[in-house]
Formats: sequence, structure tokens, C-alpha cells
Amino acid sequence: MAMQIPQARGPLTEALFGALRSGSDDFYPVLAVGPVEGEDAALALWVLYELHYRGFDDVSDEMEWDPQLLRLRVALERDLEQRLRERFTSPQGLSVVEDFFDWVAEHDGASVADHVQRAADRDQVLELLRVRSIYHLKESDPVAWVVPRLGVRAKAALTELQYDEYGNGDPNRLHHHLYARGLEACGLEAAYGAHLDEVPLEVLEQNNAMSLFGLHRRLRGAALGHLAAFEATSSMPSRRMVQGLERLGLPAEIVEYYAEHVEADAVHEQLAVRAICGALLDEEPELADDVWFGAFTCLDLEDRFARTMLDHWGADRLGAGEDRREEVA
Amino acid sequence: MSAAFEHPDVVLCPGGPMLLRGDHVVEDADGVRHRTTRAVTAVCRCDKSASFPWCDGTHKVLPDRLRPA
Ligand code: FES
Ligand SMILES: [Fe+2]
Ligand SMILES: [Fe+2]
Repeated sequence: MAMQIPQARGPLTEALFGALRSGSDDFYPVLAVGPVEGEDAALALWVLYELHYRGFDDVSDEMEWDPQLLRLRVALERDLEQRLRERFTSPQGLSVVEDFFDWVAEHDGASVADHVQRAADRDQVLELLRVRSIYHLKESDPVAWVVPRLGVRAKAALTELQYDEYGNGDPNRLHHHLYARGLEACGLEAAYGAHLDEVPLEVLEQNNAMSLFGLHRRLRGAALGHLAAFEATSSMPSRRMVQGLERLGLPAEIVEYYAEHVEADAVHEQLAVRAICGALLDEEPELADDVWFGAFTCLDLEDRFARTMLDHWGADRLGAGEDRREEVA
Repeated sequence: MSAAFEHPDVVLCPGGPMLLRGDHVVEDADGVRHRTTRAVTAVCRCDKSASFPWCDGTHKVLPDRLRPA
């Protein structure tokens, strides 16, 4: 079962969702809604992208390729891509394969995992699990669009990583399924998209950026750079999540999801940087700047997400990296 | 031209783990055996992983002199 169309968050989503549910394919009134921004624009784009994933029970499957909806999608995408690019400065003289991990260490931002490890209460952690579910219940799906757009080596390398994300052939090990089981064990709704109405703008933008990079062949470099940055910032934060979840006595199933990511992403970060991005850039060296753009966007959006959540909880922000080096030194 | 590619079973990552492709049993210094569970596994080379013998990313926060070559 797919999800239902979510609640509107402004004039564009009001018009769009009404039209989608009506079953008519006349979207001119929606296209006539003036330019919008913020949550209204982000949610509209999220829903248009969702037509390409699992769709909605209350929208016809035909709408996936409706030309008017694609036109609206392109307008929203242009705006998103432009805003993401404005935040990015290309690192000069760095090699993706050799310098990536150091660059990530320098650019990594605020962290919700630090807060979960040390101080978060149970309600905060459950809220975090709900808002994260929007991505984790489709974990790895956005980058799957990239596979047919790659050369031989990068394609083999990406599917080697994705095979692990999708459980090595065992549905019980599939990562988004592990997350769903974790949610259920916590007593939370685990249906795909169930918590969409409560997610902040930053979650919608994180999701939209991944779909944007995944669905446009010209942005394949950004998709793989994003993947590499995502994997390279996961193992140690996942360990902190495990410690925080155990501190609060949350169920073994959700601990297991994060414990799996401590080890899996210690593999994936090496594969993503060295095997996947390395092969991509051997085959298509002109994509290096897009790889950095995708990587930067991943870290930047996660930093914005973490700040929003930490402010919302009235929690302190630890500076990126500083006290982490001492943990093991 | 369709080339044959290098695809090693063991890859030493500079400053980080050893990647191991395939199904293996790794014996640690105490003689305890650990079976790999995924297609590619990262074996810790810095000795500091809390998931030893598997890498958990800890090598990234070690000072250079403690990181594997
Ligand atoms: S090599 Fe990664 S933790 Fe030891
Ligand atoms: Fe995963
Ligand atoms: Fe991963």
C-alpha cells in the first residue's frame, strides 16, 4: 500500500494536491499559482518526486509522466538547484580519492547523534526517528536511479555497495526494512511516508536534493558525491546513536539498525570514495566538480537539519569534530 | 575496446581498513574466529575499532602516527 497525499503547506500544495486527488489531468490552475518558496515549494517537489517512487493511493499512476506536472517539477527543481549551488564553493586543487576524508572532517557540521548519545530524552529520540523515517524508509533508493547512467567500473562498484544496502539478497537484512522494524518495535507507525506531515523543511530538502541528483543524468557526479559524503559521515554517528538508544533503553530492533550502519558504512565509505567516485572520475574526470557539489550539499543540508532539530529541542550544539578527536586519542 | 579490469579480493585503504571481498573467517589475536557477513568487509588495521576485527571508522579520528600506512 502506498501513502496518501499529505497535508498542504501553502497555496501551491493546496492547488496541486486538490488537482492530483480530483483525477483530472488539467493542471493549468496549478501552474498559474505564483512563485512560492519554503515548505510549500519543497513539499510540492517532494510529492512530484514521489510519483516516481511508490506513488499515492489517492493519485492515478498515470500522473508520473504528466507533461504539465513535469513542467512544474522542472521549475521547482531549477530553483532548488540554484539555491544549492549558491551555497557551494568548489575546493581547489583537491583530489576526491585522496583528500575526501580530510575534507569531510573539516566540513562536517552540527550533529544530532552527539545529542542523542549524551543528552536527548526519549521523546526527542522518537521524534528524530520519525522525521528520519522519510529517508530511511526509502534508504538507498534515490541513488539507484544512477546505475544505468554509469560506465562499467563505476556501475559495478555502485551495485556492489547497493547490494549491501539491499540486504545481500536477504530481505531481512535490507536496510529500509531494518528501519521499519525498528520503528515498529518503538511503537511508531512504520508505513512508508507516514510521518511526512511533521517533518521540517530541512528534511524535505534533504530528500529532494537526493531525488534531484538521482533523477537527472547530468547530475550523476553530484549523486555519487552525495553518496560518498553520506557514507563517510555515518559509521561514527551511528555508534553514538547506538549508545544513546541503549542509554534510553530503546528496543533492540532500532539499536540493530544503527549497529548495522556502524560496520556497513565503514565499508561503504571506502567503496563510495575509492571504488565508486574513483571509477567515475577515471571514466569522466570532468565530473569532479559535481562530485564535490554533491558532497558539500549532503554535509550542508545535514548541518542545517541538525541545527533546526537542536534549536527545536533547546539543545547545545557541539562544534564539529573538536572534542571527537580526543575521544580516542 | 573492452578491457579486463583489476578487481582485487584484498584492498588496503591508505590510513584505514583492509577491504576483503567474499566469504571469509578472520581469526583475531585471541584465537576467536569471526565470519564475514557481507559481500565486502572492512577489517580494522588500526587496532582501535570498538567492533574489532571489523572497522568502525575510528581510524579517522586517530592522529596520523597511529593510522595504518
Ligand atoms: S581501520 Fe578503521 S577502525 Fe581500525
Ligand atoms: Fe544503509
Ligand atoms: Fe551505507
